Amino acid sequence: MALLSVDDLKVSFVGRAGVTRAVDGISFTVEKGQITAIIGESGSGKSVACYSLLGLVPMPPGRIDGGRALFEDRDLLAMSERELREVRGRDIAMVFQDPMTCLNPYLRIGEQLIEPLVYHQRVSKDEARKRALELLEEVGIRDPATTIDNYPHEFSGGMRQRVMIAMALINEPKLLIADEPTTALDVTIQAQILRLLADLQKKHDIGVIFISHDLAVVADIADQIAVMEKGRIVEHGNRQKIFHGAEHPYTRKLLAAIPAGSRPAPEANGDVLVDVQRLRTWFGDPAAPVKAVNDVSFSARRGEVLGLVGESGSGKSTIGRSLLRLAPVTGGSICFDGTELTGLEGRALKAMRRRMQMIFQDPFASLNPRMTVYDTLAEPLLLHRIANRRSVEEKVLKLMDDVGLARAFVRKYPHEFSGGQRQRIAIGRALATRPDFVVADEPVSALDVTIQAQILDLMLELGKEYGLTMLFISHDLAVVRHIADRIIVLFRGEIVEEGTGQQLFEAPQEDYTRRLLDSIPGRGLLA
Amino acid sequence: MSDVASTLEYAEAGTSLWQDAWVRLRRNRLAVFGLVVMATLIVLALLTPWIAPYAYDAQDLDLGATPPSAAHWLGTDVFGRDMLTQILYGGRISLAVGFVATAVALLIGVTWGAIAGYAGGKVDAVMMRLVDILYALPFMIFIVLLMVVFGRNVLLLFLAIGAVEWLTMARIMRGQVQSLRQQEFVEAAISIGLPTTTIIRRHLVPNALGPIIVYTTLTIPQVMLLEAFLSFLGLGIQPPQTSWGLLISYGAETMEEYPWLLIFPGAALTLTLFSLNFLGDGLRDALDVRGAKD
Repeated sequence: MALLSVDDLKVSFVGRAGVTRAVDGISFTVEKGQITAIIGESGSGKSVACYSLLGLVPMPPGRIDGGRALFEDRDLLAMSERELREVRGRDIAMVFQDPMTCLNPYLRIGEQLIEPLVYHQRVSKDEARKRALELLEEVGIRDPATTIDNYPHEFSGGMRQRVMIAMALINEPKLLIADEPTTALDVTIQAQILRLLADLQKKHDIGVIFISHDLAVVADIADQIAVMEKGRIVEHGNRQKIFHGAEHPYTRKLLAAIPAGSRPAPEANGDVLVDVQRLRTWFGDPAAPVKAVNDVSFSARRGEVLGLVGESGSGKSTIGRSLLRLAPVTGGSICFDGTELTGLEGRALKAMRRRMQMIFQDPFASLNPRMTVYDTLAEPLLLHRIANRRSVEEKVLKLMDDVGLARAFVRKYPHEFSGGQRQRIAIGRALATRPDFVVADEPVSALDVTIQAQILDLMLELGKEYGLTMLFISHDLAVVRHIADRIIVLFRGEIVEEGTGQQLFEAPQEDYTRRLLDSIPGRGLLA
Repeated sequence: MSDVASTLEYAEAGTSLWQDAWVRLRRNRLAVFGLVVMATLIVLALLTPWIAPYAYDAQDLDLGATPPSAAHWLGTDVFGRDMLTQILYGGRISLAVGFVATAVALLIGVTWGAIAGYAGGKVDAVMMRLVDILYALPFMIFIVLLMVVFGRNVLLLFLAIGAVEWLTMARIMRGQVQSLRQQEFVEAAISIGLPTTTIIRRHLVPNALGPIIVYTTLTIPQVMLLEAFLSFLGLGIQPPQTSWGLLISYGAETMEEYPWLLIFPGAALTLTLFSLNFLGDGLRDALDVRGAKD
């Protein structure tokens, strides 16, 4: 007898443009003591499916068109809001993606923890607090007796997610729905949270639905995996089957998109194009500065793809922005093709900007929403007199071809494109000036996995074609290994280790590198 | 070359955010009502010299104040002047004050706010402290002083009101620009090497305009009320020129004997204020990014 069995669930959204079927007849079961992963890219309907079970999809515009969801012999879809409220939080609990926005910043975490307990089980506050302390201990919060009275902002992201998990478990639910619970976290933290979830699930013997866009994340923990595409489950099976015997082409595409393997060892023959010596960016009080970047030295040869890996707060983005003179520098030198960049001003700086460009992380923020693709691409061409009024159209269209966008889209606005297409536009803009050097700051981490692979390939291809030297910044070692000739590992503003992908992956020298490698999800299964 | 031109020609035109907003605005009935009323009022104001039934200074002292009739649709005032004519001419001044003073506020406020917001640091501090100081001045006294020193003059009235109203505009613009300049597309513009003025003009101002437009439609009625208030106090428009505020002021004096002298100019002003507020609300909804389709 399954804990939850969903049968032919259909959910639609009714909008001005008509009815959109978000979930189109899916069926799956969750067994007690097992983790069922639902995998899909954005828009696949994976979250809508699970949220609709708990009545958390706003209706209207949402509408359940059919199906059953039996939870302990009761149909969740037929329950009244009142009955559902009893189930939510007590029998079925949720953990969300962003632990920052899911905790009330004005309440101590203790108060938030005991609230569901007091509401659902009518226990006394003292008893609830005792239970909360036990759970905080269990999810790995240090010194819970003191920290229980802290406010959410006093915890780090990973710790906050632990608090969220404790909150979800406090009523001893039978089913836990975790919606991308580790997506907002650093890799090492992600690994910890995944392990914690798996441990707790075994210990409490509960069923778990784990929603994720990333097959690799669930590779180590899921018992059953359902792959969703466009509102349907296209393949369903145990972990072994999905990873080693996938039949559906979409599942195979997802598996192929997991970055793996490294580039062949580079022939290091180019001259040094970028040379960074003792770069230093300190913030705040000069007496006790925050050392965002602390005496970092490295160099990139012409034509090389240099990977810069680190977790949040490692200073990797600050370095990238410093190179392009977008962030202030406290000390050190940045030498670009024989010219010292720090202190460069005016005309000389403008001339240098033509030769160095940046590709940003968020393709929804990096394009001016009021400019057409044409204007966006033409702007740098005209500014640097690479094209004149007559030749600019041809150059813009050539760029569209290069980044793989149909010419017919040239007069559209950014909001009319998907994330991957927008990133292509951003790449086109960066390449418009025919730069020698490009800094790519997490260019694929906001994208769906299959799109990620396409963009990475495009960058590699264009890098070769344009003869680019690239600084590729990412938190994701697997992605960096896929694209970079050489990798620099950063930790708290300092370089920990440096080497080719092969060297780092096969013979890491430093503890921190080893820890990063161990945190790559699904490494064992995918190796 | 001809190949390129044809590609551009046949390329499907995108829908800009402005076009999107326009579509949403047209769905809002109250906003469309406001827009139509405002357009009508503006056309009437422009055509007044030709369509007004009487000359605006034509008196008929024998007639005196009469209620609405076939000859005088909205009645006459105590000097026997046609009320409809008075309201039409008054509307010209009131609308002109509203639009011109708001335009002055817009020009100064947007420029000031954009520069302060983009420059940041000390420049921002100095510019915004100046705004704070001006805020703190009792603006009524400021306008009264201006009127006393330079004499009463319509042009000066425009400037004086505009000079007061730009402060809020500058604050809104600064806030917008401050949050926008953190956005990656502005950093991208910097890293392309665009000069600061171009970044502000092309990348920041168009993206900050939404709230500014909304605030503008709400400023126009505010300014018109201010003018009405000043005229009511005898500091604004001088007879024989007239404005809705002045008409209301006279009407209020004789409210008990000749109520139509208050009701009709009051209705004209109210209708305008309602229309602009509906339009402003509609614009707020239409320009709100959260309401935009993804």
